[in-house]
Parts: sequence; structure tokens; C-alpha cells
Amino acid sequence: MGKRGRNLHRDIILKFNFDSVRFMEYFFELLLGGLTRGSIYALIALGYTMVYGIIELINFAHGEIYMIGAFTALIVASLLTIYGFHGVSILILASVAAVIYSSAYGFTIEKIAYKPLRRAPRLSPLISAIGMSIFLQNYVRLAQTSDFLPFPSLIPEFGFMRDYEHIFSSAELVIFIAAALIMAMLTFLVKLTRMGMAMRASAQDRKMAMLSGVDVDRVISVTFITGSALAAVGGVLIASHIGQINFSIGFIAGIKAFTAAVLGGIGSIPGAVLGGFFLGWAESFATGYVSSDYEDVFAFALLVLILIFKPEGLIGRSKANKV
Amino acid sequence: MLELIDVEAHYGNIRALKGVNISLSEGEIVTLIGANGAGKTTTLMAVSGIVPASAGEILFMGKPIHELTPDRIASLGISQVPEGRHIFQRMSVMENLHMGAFTRRDRKEIKRDLEYVFELFPVLTERRHQQGGTLSGGEQQMLAISRALMARPKLLLLDEPSLGLAPKIVKQIFEIIRKINREHNTTVFIVEQNANLALQTADRGYVMENGSVVLSDECSKLISNDKVREAYLGI
Ligand SMILES: Nc1ncnc2c1ncn2[C@@H]1O[C@H](COP(=O)(O)OP(=O)(O)OP(=O)(O)O)[C@@H](O)[C@H]1O
Ligand SMILES: [Mg+2]
Repeated sequence: MGKRGRNLHRDIILKFNFDSVRFMEYFFELLLGGLTRGSIYALIALGYTMVYGIIELINFAHGEIYMIGAFTALIVASLLTIYGFHGVSILILASVAAVIYSSAYGFTIEKIAYKPLRRAPRLSPLISAIGMSIFLQNYVRLAQTSDFLPFPSLIPEFGFMRDYEHIFSSAELVIFIAAALIMAMLTFLVKLTRMGMAMRASAQDRKMAMLSGVDVDRVISVTFITGSALAAVGGVLIASHIGQINFSIGFIAGIKAFTAAVLGGIGSIPGAVLGGFFLGWAESFATGYVSSDYEDVFAFALLVLILIFKPEGLIGRSKANKV
Repeated sequence: MLELIDVEAHYGNIRALKGVNISLSEGEIVTLIGANGAGKTTTLMAVSGIVPASAGEILFMGKPIHELTPDRIASLGISQVPEGRHIFQRMSVMENLHMGAFTRRDRKEIKRDLEYVFELFPVLTERRHQQGGTLSGGEQQMLAISRALMARPKLLLLDEPSLGLAPKIVKQIFEIIRKINREHNTTVFIVEQNANLALQTADRGYVMENGSVVLSDECSKLISNDKVREAYLGI
């Protein structure tokens, strides 16, 4: 082999190595990006699934709770900035405010829009939920604006992440860790506390739960409050990551999280988490390898397919088993 | 200790209870028998507050309870083993028992009562970590009774405890009901299709037809009553 041949050979190896490094980096970028998306979807999906588990209602206004959480955080963050607060302290205070405000909304929505319809035909609360969703979107649009508002990036960049920022940013890391912690707390609540036991009992057999002394109205309220708090945290984290919000962000996020909940089997808590990650990855890889134009279409197509072919979800129980 | 005075109940337009009068004294075992659809289950559900009484009064230990929510009624010491057992399917036997003690906070006593029900029904001990939904029918009935006992009820309501069980297990369950009544002075109100066994177990009985009580007496007298013999004992 001549000199030229050797050089060519070396070039090819270099190029191949370079490409394979790029290829792997890109793969990990999509994998971790999907993880971040997925954890947000999971946080919101949990609210859908918990409510459905107990009162068999798809709470269409849940996406709006998430949107209201993001708006609350934006307002509080702007105020705190004026008063001279900084990064992490703003993030924490704004999140707390968002959680409180969204929970109050979730609690109130249940009391005025769903509770009076508890004995009505199943379609009635569903229509009420859609009405609530439309009402809240327009309320925020009128009270705020229909334009996109810039959302400050509240999540700091960590020094130790500097070399990896192009693959997995500090913000993504924080989102994932926060979501994981919250899901662990929820698992503890549901599995090991008295309230959690009351929630599971009410979901499995409401009448028997009442006979056992469970105040089911209270359990339902706590479920709405918990779900709303999770959605609010999701709203703050994603708004801070993406950098802009408007009144309609709850609609798309809500439908996607709903897709995640259905994917995992609506009513199942681990199902919602699994469905969230599954959808996050599916979207991330589809947009990364196919085309980003199809991002939303993809989620909806998945929803339709699941509803047609496996309505009980990936790990859900079939209807017959549920009773 | 329990008194139903002219109690009525409706399901939509259907009047399921048409002025029911029943009273139980403390420590008694009383049975309510009647044909399918007579309103027995509705009577128990009215006492527990699940089906609201649309007229009349229900008094428990002298106080009206017909306007309380089911959870408040349960916490006064009224436990029900509903028709069809209603075991929490996706909870373990242990969790089902803890659900029975939901209104209680006295951990030590709860632990003692757990031991007590495991003594009553030793099969449950082996199955304590099994999911409720995977138990056999008889085991589920034992669990349902144990769960009700975990509340340490003053009044135990049982809706057809013999339903779908082998005669041997039915006998065992009725013996245990008597034992609970004897040992803890628990007042027991049993709804039964198996009138023969119910009338042998209870002190007094009520016969219900079409949403009204048509007969009530000591069980020894009901057993020899011609109408009861013909309609409910098949003799
Ligand atoms: N959820 C309901 N909705 C409408 N009607 C009902 C409902 N539950 C019971 N009923 C009606 O009320 C009447 C009394 O029913 P209930 O269940 O109290 O009878 P029962 O004496 O317990 O009968 P069984 O021995 O078959 O259990 C029946 O005519 C029944 O059809
Ligand atoms: Mg009945």
C-alpha cells in the first residue's frame, strides 16, 4: 500500500470515528431530551390518572391548571426580580406560589364544576370539564394577553455540567431530578400514608370506602389538590426551560399528558409515569431522526392508535378486571 | 340501641322502603328475612347512610343518624359487611384489615384486634400478604367479617353472610357471629336468605315484604309460624 493509500485509510477511520462520536452524542442528546420531556409529561399525566382513578372523569381542565401554574410563577418571579431576589431563591418561591395557586384552582374547579354533577350521567361532568378548560384559557387570555410572554430562565447552570451542556443542560438535569423526587414523594403518599390508603380504597370501591369510614369527598379534594400541585411544578419547570408562555400552553401539554396517561393505562399511577417517559422518548426520537414538523402530530397519532388497539394501555387493567 | 321509625327510601321514583319500623336492643342478634327485592339491603344501606332515608328517623344510641354522612356513621361504631363482600381487590389481606380500622387511631389495640381476627379465622394468617381479589369466596367472606370487626363495632350489620358458601363454612361463620356477640356483647343485625339458619341463630326476627315489615317476633315463634314456614322455610 502506497503513502496515499495509507493517508486515505487514516482519513476514513478518523471520519468514521468522528461520525460515530457525533452519532452517539446525538443519540444521547435525544435520549436525555426525551427523559426531560417525559418527566414533565409524567408529572401532568399523574393528575389525569389520579382523578380518573377515583371519579372516572377525564379532567380536561387539568392542562389549564398547569398553564395557571406557569403564569403564577411568571408573575411572582417578575415581582421578586424587582425586589432584588436571585436565581434559585426565585425558582423556589415562584414554584411554591404556583403550587398553592394551582391547587386552589384545582380544589375550586372540582367543587363548582364536578361535585354537583356526581350523580349525573357520565357525559355531564365531561362537558363541564371541557367548559372549564375553555373558560380558564379565555380568562387568562383576557386577564393577561394572548401574546407569548418571555419567561425568565430560573434554573442556574452548574459548573460541573459545562462540558455536557450541549447534550444535557443543567436545566434538564434539574427538571429530571425534581420530577423524580416528586414522583417518589407521591409514591410514598399513596402507598404508605393513611390518606394514600383512603385514596386507593376510594378508587377501588367507593361505597366500601365510605362504609369503612373514609370521607370520600375529602379524598377527592385531596386528589385534585395533589394533581394540581404536580401540574404546577411541571408548568414552572418547563416554562423556565422553554422561556416563553401563553394562555394556550396548557392545551397541547394537557393533551400530550393525557396521551401519556392513556398510554400507560388511565387510572394507574406507575402507568402514567411509564407513559410519560415513553411519549417523551417517542417524540424526542421522532423529531430528532425524522422531522420536527411532526412533533405534535406524532403524539396525537399515538393517542388514536392506542385508543383503537389497546385502550387499556401498556400496563393497564382491562375494564373487566377493574371491578 | 338502633331504632328505625317509619323509614322510607327511594331509588329515583322507586319507593324501596315504605315506612319501616325496626328496633334492636344492645347485645341482641336480630335477623331480617324476606324475598328477593323486599328491601333488606336497602334497609342496611339506609342505616349506614349510603342510601339516604327520604322520610322517617334512624336513631343510634338515642341520637338521630339519618342525616349523617356514611363515614360519620361508621365512626360511631356501625360496621357493615355488605352483600357481595366488597373486598378491596388490589389491597392485601393486611391492608383490607387496616381499612376496617380506618376510623381508629389506637395502634396497640389495633394490633391486638388483628391477632384476634387471625385467631378467629386462621386461614387469613397464611394469606395476610395475598391480594384480596385472589382469595376464594369463603376466604373473602371471612376477610369481610374480619374487616368489619377491626372497627370494634358496637353494631355489626351483615348482609347475606351465607351467600354462595359451602354449608360447612356457613355453619362456621354463624358460630363465629354468635361467638363475637357473646364475647364482646356486639349487637348483630343479620339479613339472610337462609332463613332457617338465621332464625336458629338470632334472638328475634323481622320479615319484610315489598318494602315493609309484615311480621316480627322471637325467632322461636317465627320458626313455628305457618306463614313463615311456608314462605321462607319451604316446609
Ligand atoms: N341502585 C338501585 N337502583 C334502583 N333500584 C334499586 C337499586 N337497588 C335496589 N333497588 C330496588 O329496590 C328494591 C329493594 O332492593 P334491595 O336490594 O333492598 O332488596 P333485597 O331485599 O336486599 O333483595 P335480595 O334478597 O335480592 O338481595 C328492589 O325492587 C330493587 O330493584
Ligand atoms: Mg340484598
